[in-house]
Amino acid sequence: MTDPTLADWKRMYGALWRIRLFEAQVQRLAAAGEIPGFPHLSTGQEAVAVGVCSQLEREDLLFTSHRGHGHVLAKGSDLQATFAEILGRQTGLCRGRGGSMHLVDVANGVLGATGVVAGNLALAAGAAWAAQAQGGKNISVVFFGDGATGAGVLHETLNLAALWRLPVLFVCENNGVAEFTSREEHSKVKYESSFAAPYDIAAKTIDGNDLPTVWAAAHEAIETLRRGMGPYLLECMTFRMAGHYVGDSQRYRSKEDLAEIREKCPIERLKRHLLARGIEPEELDAISDLGKNDVLQAVERARAAPRPDPATVMNDVYRTPALAAIPG
Amino acid sequence: MQYTFIDILRRALDEELARDPTVHLLGEDVAAGGAFGVTRGLAQKHGSARVRNTPISEAAITGLATGAALCGLKPVLEIMFIDFATLSMDCLVNQTAKYRYMSGGQLAVPLVVRTQAGAAGGAAAQHSQSLEAWFIHVPGLIVVAPSTPAEAYGLLKSSIRLGEPVLFIEHKRLYAMKGELPEGGELPPIGRARIARPGTDVTVIAYSAMVQTALEAAQELAQHGISAEIIDLRTLLPLDMATIAASVVKTHRALIAHEAVRNGGVGAEIAARIGSDLFDELDGPVLRVGCPFAPIPFAPELERALLPGSADIVRAVREELRR
Repeated sequence: MTDPTLADWKRMYGALWRIRLFEAQVQRLAAAGEIPGFPHLSTGQEAVAVGVCSQLEREDLLFTSHRGHGHVLAKGSDLQATFAEILGRQTGLCRGRGGSMHLVDVANGVLGATGVVAGNLALAAGAAWAAQAQGGKNISVVFFGDGATGAGVLHETLNLAALWRLPVLFVCENNGVAEFTSREEHSKVKYESSFAAPYDIAAKTIDGNDLPTVWAAAHEAIETLRRGMGPYLLECMTFRMAGHYVGDSQRYRSKEDLAEIREKCPIERLKRHLLARGIEPEELDAISDLGKNDVLQAVERARAAPRPDPATVMNDVYRTPALAAIPG
Repeated sequence: MQYTFIDILRRALDEELARDPTVHLLGEDVAAGGAFGVTRGLAQKHGSARVRNTPISEAAITGLATGAALCGLKPVLEIMFIDFATLSMDCLVNQTAKYRYMSGGQLAVPLVVRTQAGAAGGAAAQHSQSLEAWFIHVPGLIVVAPSTPAEAYGLLKSSIRLGEPVLFIEHKRLYAMKGELPEGGELPPIGRARIARPGTDVTVIAYSAMVQTALEAAQELAQHGISAEIIDLRTLLPLDMATIAASVVKTHRALIAHEAVRNGGVGAEIAARIGSDLFDELDGPVLRVGCPFAPIPFAPELERALLPGSADIVRAVREELRR
């Protein structure tokens, strides 16, 4: 892929807005009690999702964390089917079996989110192993937060991925807070990219809220992977503008913290870039309005979609029909 | 030709590697032959890309195998001792077992986790456990525990071809046991028990090495005029209740024997099902033989004292039948 054109940047600006507005709707409907469970928002981290996922091919394999709506949408999954899944509808990506933390869209290469912190890292390496074994050019990408550095399986997986030279891109969204606990309190290691060096894994720490920076770094990382040079760890410093989950009052954060976060908003920052390149503000407004329209339409259609039939609750525990009748 | 349990497992793996290019073996030392020699020579024959050594990282290799299974490979992962499957548990329980369901049927996980369990030879508390009951509690998994070389051969092949996540439990005491290849080309179906010895007076339900113990007990019971029918479960999840029911309807008495502790064991589940489904058929309480509630000790005298044997089965049956 060559450097993005102005048209590409405008498309990515729209993609940022779609995620932002989609999650605003998740927040609204979760607060209204329409969304079961406890969805986690990536508001403020959209540039990482768009910068990386907009460069992936459909057959590239995506794994993400509990905070994965943005990655799934940026990879190209359908707004309506994704929202329907978060609502728990029959037309959802997983027919209402998965929900916000278990989005899977195989046709689009989204192999899934997970509710277990660090739970998908080794699976992403396994997908990369399968790609390698099958001689494909596709790669595997896994997103995780800085909270995952506390889990041993991250370190096991880095070692394994390096040993087997697996085409897996580890994207750490270092938002400085693990659930409710600050980075300073949960780790002595300032930058996650430092975990790469002992395993001889290429790594970079970048400003994850600046889309052009993310795009360029992801581009370099993806090229490295496609050339069969082994894994890559891309650490994106970012900010979680939202709480850990919808309804989190964020009492553990100061007003100054929150004000600074808004200043660093990735959408505002890309907007400043585009204005500096001579795009008219009206054109940018039109892009965000279009995104809003798409999102609201998708949300309303998803809300009108049928709920799953309780009679199907035992479907798909096993693929083998003869095994489907195991009594509880 | 006679094969040991280990040799016949190797033969089954060898044939499946040759039959299906998506089958891959991985685990600690497997390219070097494995801790027990099950995979000896397979890396040389099928290539080190398909028979791969891994670091001692059970959590990561279980996740790796699961991720590969989602993407077109059929990995056979060796977890050297079931005791170490504790380190695989997050992935097996939270991801592997649930992936198909959580994805609304979009994905399947054709993964076999071979592991080795049970007590023998002073392996002591962290290399001797029988932890199968934990796994039968997880929807989405299949649990298989063969009792002879011939059974192991067919069940391992069936497990690899099944397309579901299977925990395949091999008992270390059976590894030296010898037997023939099974006759006929048909593989045993997963989820079906077999009658290891027909009988009429009492149904003894067992699996893995305890089937051999139960067969010894049946011989002794015969000398006391008691005809025991031995059921080899083969698969613990799902349980073949139809075979159990057909036997209990005939004998009206049931005993479940396993090496794992009785408390919360597989036997508790079977006893509960017999009690609720076949209450009117029973002439007496459902009996259980298993380990007392203690870790497996090291010293041979202590290990022997703790492990359930054929004498325990004989005693329990004779007391109940008063013969």
